Amino acid sequence: MSEGQSVADAATVSRVWRKPPAIERPWLRYGLLVLTLVYLYFAVGSYDINWERVSQGMERGWKFISAFAHPDFVSRKSDFIEGMTESIIMTVTSTVIGIIISIPIALGAASNLAPVPIYLFCRAIIALSRALHEIIVAILMVAIFGFGPLAGVITLSFATIGFLSKLLAEDIEAMDKTQAEAIKSTGASWLQWINYAVQPQVMPRLIGLSIYRLDINFRESAVLGLVGAGGIGATLNTAFDRYEFDTAAAIIITIIVIVMILEYSSSIIRGWLQ
Amino acid sequence: MLRITDLSKRYKTGDDALTKVSLEVPDGQVLGLIGPSGAGKSTLIRCVNRLVEPTSGTIDLNGAALQKMGSRKLRKARRRIGMIFQEYALVERLSVMENVLSGRLGYVGFWASWFRKFPQKDVDEAFRLLERVGLDHMVNKRADELSGGQRQRVGIARALIQDPELLLVDEPTASLDPKTSRQIMRLICELCEERNLSAIINIHDVALAKLYVQRIVGLQSGEIVFDGSPESLDSSVLTQIYGEEDWEATSKDSSSGSAVIGDLQAAVPDE
Repeated sequence: MSEGQSVADAATVSRVWRKPPAIERPWLRYGLLVLTLVYLYFAVGSYDINWERVSQGMERGWKFISAFAHPDFVSRKSDFIEGMTESIIMTVTSTVIGIIISIPIALGAASNLAPVPIYLFCRAIIALSRALHEIIVAILMVAIFGFGPLAGVITLSFATIGFLSKLLAEDIEAMDKTQAEAIKSTGASWLQWINYAVQPQVMPRLIGLSIYRLDINFRESAVLGLVGAGGIGATLNTAFDRYEFDTAAAIIITIIVIVMILEYSSSIIRGWLQ
Repeated sequence: MLRITDLSKRYKTGDDALTKVSLEVPDGQVLGLIGPSGAGKSTLIRCVNRLVEPTSGTIDLNGAALQKMGSRKLRKARRRIGMIFQEYALVERLSVMENVLSGRLGYVGFWASWFRKFPQKDVDEAFRLLERVGLDHMVNKRADELSGGQRQRVGIARALIQDPELLLVDEPTASLDPKTSRQIMRLICELCEERNLSAIINIHDVALAKLYVQRIVGLQSGEIVFDGSPESLDSSVLTQIYGEEDWEATSKDSSSGSAVIGDLQAAVPDE
């Protein structure tokens, strides 16, 4: 009887509940917030903005932007076509080379496939490739191989390895274990196991990433020209140096269109692959 | 004949999954392995084909010591041990035919398997098995387009095309509805009988196990606590395996046999 009474009491008294804060101690919680605000205040204050220069620059900037209304595709036509072709060739070769090298590295960098020494070795390659930005690698490659697209191709292949191997390795690590177990239990060899259990699971991701990387490599190839590693970037750089904003606008529009085509076709291909 | 002697498995975490388990399965016997979740059923069958490495003990299949084999010999031995899985474990993006033929991987070279050029007799056998399990009209469908029951049939065909001496079956019906569960259990048991094949079937559904298997082994905390005929599996034994539960209460007031089975099914603790 008395037990029934207390159960009824407990049901009628409301108990307060609040989501526990991420940082338990209040002084630390608010202290961090205040510190961040103070830091931001001084950080922003450390830029001294020259408003006179900005007002001049605005004018030049507007000239550049208004050039997009009348892009000039013709007056530097041969440079334009040459640069574009070179960029496209660089993009395709570097992506293909990058993919071919990435696949074995990705297998080695997947902790569920590779023994520890191989894993560490492959992860080190990936880390190195990811640590160095394309521009830095390109400057080094131009120093070694001289001006021209070869330096660009090597740079982009190297960057592709870091990108593709890492993401592919992560997809391999996330694969369904039982499918892999099932193929292993049939007595398949290691290569057969990769071909039948791993490849079907990661193929859509590999193709999606490859197309995405093709797109990145194309955009990068436009920048690499600025440091002398060939491609449309060189043409773009010249156009800027001569204040030929109409030609520059034409180049940038073409880059945007090509990237959009790649983007659109990649989404179609990925949908079709699922 | 499969002979397991003093098999123990301790995981890296320090958990003892199996403690000195000894078990003999004669040719042609279908054995149901029951026990609560975490009792070591899955570990036990995975130790047989060494998807899980046993810590100690011996496993002898028709005179071959499985626990001693190096990787090359182990691959050869695995060819003759078929395995059927709980979630079917088909390679989802491969076709039904590729999944079935993957059971022959241990017998063909790498390039033949890469180009899907399997020997004609393997292809014939695959068609024959798919016909036997009622799926010969779906050879080019992708595995992920099939229903659960159909997938498990493909899984069975994949295991049988290996021409196995032993079947390891891990919770074949756990993801299936009651009717399909029965059909799958019946199919597995019929096929074992046709081929005089021995099988170890891990199963949660005690009632279903009693219907189809010839022998039941109960595993609890990594040790065998029951080994006998399905008829001798009564409520005191169930209590011994699974712990205290009113095994009779629900079946007393039901009159038909199927109701008893259904109720027993409900009473068995599930994952």
